[in-house]
Amino acid sequence: MSLVAIKNISKSYWRDSLEIPVLRNISFDIPEGEFLALMGPSGSGKTTLLNLIAGIDRPTTGSIVIGGTDIGGLGETALAQWRSRIMGFIFQFYNLLPVLTAFENVELPLLLTKLSSKERRDHVEFALKIVGLEERMRHYPKQLSGGQEQRVAIARAIVTDPTILVADEPTGDLDKVSAEEIMKLLDRLNSEFKKTIIMVTHDPRAAERAHLVRHLDKGELS
Amino acid sequence: MKIPISYIWRSLWTRRLTTVLTLVGIALVVFVFAAILMMAHGIETTMRDTGYEDNVILIRRSASSELLSQVGREGASIVKTFPEVSTDPNGKAIATTEVLVVITLFKKESNNLGNVSVRGISPEAFALRPAVKLAGGRMFQFGSHEVIVGSSIIQRFKGCEIGKQISFSGDQWTIVGVIEAEGSAFESEIWGDVEQLMPSVGRPVFSTMTFRLKDKNMFDALKQRVQQDPRTQYMEPKRERDFYEEQSHAMSTFIMILGTVVTVIFSIGAIIGAVITMYGAVSNRTVEIGTLRSLGFRRRSVLAAFLIESIILSVVGGALGILMASVMSFVRISTVNFGTFSELAFGFTLSPGIALSTIIFSVAMGVIGGFLPAVRAARMNIVTALRSS
Ligand SMILES: Nc1ncnc2c1ncn2[C@@H]1O[C@H](COP(=O)(O)OP(=O)(O)O)[C@@H](O)[C@H]1O
Ligand SMILES: [Mg+2]
Repeated sequence: MSLVAIKNISKSYWRDSLEIPVLRNISFDIPEGEFLALMGPSGSGKTTLLNLIAGIDRPTTGSIVIGGTDIGGLGETALAQWRSRIMGFIFQFYNLLPVLTAFENVELPLLLTKLSSKERRDHVEFALKIVGLEERMRHYPKQLSGGQEQRVAIARAIVTDPTILVADEPTGDLDKVSAEEIMKLLDRLNSEFKKTIIMVTHDPRAAERAHLVRHLDKGELS
Repeated sequence: MKIPISYIWRSLWTRRLTTVLTLVGIALVVFVFAAILMMAHGIETTMRDTGYEDNVILIRRSASSELLSQVGREGASIVKTFPEVSTDPNGKAIATTEVLVVITLFKKESNNLGNVSVRGISPEAFALRPAVKLAGGRMFQFGSHEVIVGSSIIQRFKGCEIGKQISFSGDQWTIVGVIEAEGSAFESEIWGDVEQLMPSVGRPVFSTMTFRLKDKNMFDALKQRVQQDPRTQYMEPKRERDFYEEQSHAMSTFIMILGTVVTVIFSIGAIIGAVITMYGAVSNRTVEIGTLRSLGFRRRSVLAAFLIESIILSVVGGALGILMASVMSFVRISTVNFGTFSELAFGFTLSPGIALSTIIFSVAMGVIGGFLPAVRAARMNIVTALRSS
């Protein structure tokens, strides 16, 4: 059975009374352990699709079942809890909180768990070690390079040991060298830590790392 | 509240210029609020401390102040013989028949005329008011045109030093001493012999009589006796403390009303300031809010974080305001006493109750000012918030 089962989803936005269809009748499955790259021109609906899978947006029609849970059936509170357990988020612009240190940023998702502060520290240090930044945990985001910031963001995404990582253009704002490092890291998270990764990207070199590439065009999957 | 307090704290620190300006605004409003409460409290304390618990003042029924009161010689003598009135070892009633008049003197500060109460007293006045003490010079001699002046009169009016002469009602009076009275209203008066003063100002009757009860529980009995005797019926005994407190009511009420109006206007300004500050904070951190919500933080955590941020601003601002206001307790100012229309010096008195009201007031400003922006932050759609980068 696949980890993610997407059935007949479509998504429209409304501007005034005008319907803007973004995704049209999309169905596909993602098996556990997959490393999927979603590609497609800008405005084709990649981010929208990723947001639906990640459970921060809801489809207009259709269903998304992840790990046996129909996330359309979850209320807002349940969905938030579900996200904090299942999903790890990686953003194009890292989205670290500038007033918190690397350590505190990575610790954030753990504040939603019942872990003690000692346990939290162990988890955070472990996550930072995986991304190779345990030396930088007292640094604030602005004291780090873009690549380092993204690695802190990845540590934040994996610290709760989620099943799925969703990454929206994770290398979109990075130079080649840093991008390469980030891709290596995602590769390792997939192969070594068995994370299912769903990544939106423009970058063909990034997509090469993925095991499966799907293309979106004008809201339709090919 | 799952969002760490350090996030709130450091967000305030990061935009410290805005934070400080907002704090100063709140502190100023809280200062005005506290100072007004302290002023009203100071006046009431000054006036209340002017009275003694077992002293009774006899005034004409329905006279609203000492100035408007008239007590005849006959009535005064009769009440002195009542069994509830305390007597000295020789059987003489411990009572002072007094006359209160208002004169004008030049103020030191402005060179304008200001009203001053002159009180004619009997020798027992000092026994009845132990707080009143000679602080310089000597006591005036009964039967002479000598007076003693309250310590705040010396400070505020010209020509009131010991040895100087003041003139009113066509007579000259020599100042021979200074009295202090633990900050009570007597420090704003001039005292002389009632029997010298009455003919000089042309008053045939006393204004009031003050005496001590044998026992403070005898007040009701005394009151009944005064009401039953046709020769004393036109008068009314009051406990001195109650009397002076009533006297200050008009003034402290006026100050409270004026102060409330001023504070309300100011606080609307401060609240608008807080609203603007917090709306700014929310829109600058839209992506942060979206990120926190993606990670699984609930709407109510976001609401709490922004509300707490606003409350921290208001509590710190409030504490600053109280600190500024507490400096006011070293300030003494004077105003016209509505009861006697003369100058009354008083201090700003900070009490725990006032400090508490002030803190409640500033927290309320924080809650009101932070509420709408916090609700806006909490209601944000995650996807829209994340897209605003
Ligand atoms: N909240 C929204 N309101 C209106 N239109 C939106 C909204 N979000 C996305 N869109 C539109 O949906 C389309 C797809 O957007 P998106 O999923 O971000 O594309 P991509 O990530 O492939 O560039 C775009 O035309 C975009 O303008
Ligand atoms: Mg996109």
